[in-house]
Amino acid sequence: MTDQPAPDPQRPQQQEAQPAGPSRTPSAWRTMFRMARPRATRANAFAALLAIVLGFALATQVQQTQQQGLEQLREDELVRILDDVTQDAARLGNDARALEVTRDRLAGGADSSAEALKAAQERVDTLGILAGTAPAEGEGIVLTIADPGGKVTSTLLLDALQELRDAGAEAVQIGDVRVVVSTYFTDTPDGIEVSGQRVRSPYVIRAIGGSATMASAMDIPGGVNESVRRLGAVSTVDQRDKVSITALHTLEEPQYARPVPAATGSGS
Amino acid sequence: MIPVLGLIGGILIGLFLQPDVPLWLQPYLPIAVIAALDAVFGAVRAVLDGIFNDKVFVVSFLANVVVAAFIVYLGDQLGVGAQLSTGVVVVLGVRIFSNVASIRRHLFRA
Repeated sequence: MTDQPAPDPQRPQQQEAQPAGPSRTPSAWRTMFRMARPRATRANAFAALLAIVLGFALATQVQQTQQQGLEQLREDELVRILDDVTQDAARLGNDARALEVTRDRLAGGADSSAEALKAAQERVDTLGILAGTAPAEGEGIVLTIADPGGKVTSTLLLDALQELRDAGAEAVQIGDVRVVVSTYFTDTPDGIEVSGQRVRSPYVIRAIGGSATMASAMDIPGGVNESVRRLGAVSTVDQRDKVSITALHTLEEPQYARPVPAATGSGS
Repeated sequence: MIPVLGLIGGILIGLFLQPDVPLWLQPYLPIAVIAALDAVFGAVRAVLDGIFNDKVFVVSFLANVVVAAFIVYLGDQLGVGAQLSTGVVVVLGVRIFSNVASIRRHLFRA
């Protein structure tokens, strides 16, 4: 086709403005109008019928195309679509597997971090009991020293504490004072102070540990009970299945000591 | 005028009824519509050329539709339905363009 494209129907004036034989243009239009007149011939009616059929088919086909589904595609198109779908499915399957692996890894990481958290919590509890910052309870003894004469000295209490520790006491409380590493005993004119806090007779020492072991440790010759009796005081040992130690030690920030970071595998 | 009204009426009927194209007709209807359009444009051109004949129009219309559908059917049977449909559409499209160009020359002298 070497024809120029059909002129824009919106601009017929411009087309007609070109110099042309004006005599033939009306004749063409006139021909059209003459033919457009209704003529009661059989062929004309038949043409109208065909036009109706054409319009009907046109509208139907347009709507059919707009709601086109898979059912009216040709075989090769269906094959191509099937290939596309298969490739998509394979690709999405790979993606899904990769994501599942990632999810499992993350879930495993969450499990292990929960394990680590649990272990750390246990460690915190243990260290809290050791440092005296956490209340504790368990099997143990309650050692009561009644000293109406005021003969008991801090040395005796320190000996008793040492005996209990030797016997395996894990947490000790004297009066209302939690015994920790830095606990100290002093004799004052008014009585005994433990870590600067006055304790009075009867001195109640609660210790968690093997109760039988600690009770027998109190009874050894030259031990706590004998020393207490020699001073004219009375000591009683009460073995219990459950001893509660509720006094807490307040931690103070060390002024000089700094923790050394745990050595890692770098070997530095 | 009557055929134009018929065309518009047919389109309206199709829009209102929204019929489903039967399955056996689905491959042929688009080609048949294009063939019929070719016949219509050819008829308009014949009017302008002064050689229009009602009988020729009716016969060419029906023949176009039937031949186009038959070509598509044959192509489907031979396994080249898609290609042959494309070829028919191209040929009919060329004819429609040629007819429209002729009509344009008659009406607009351009």
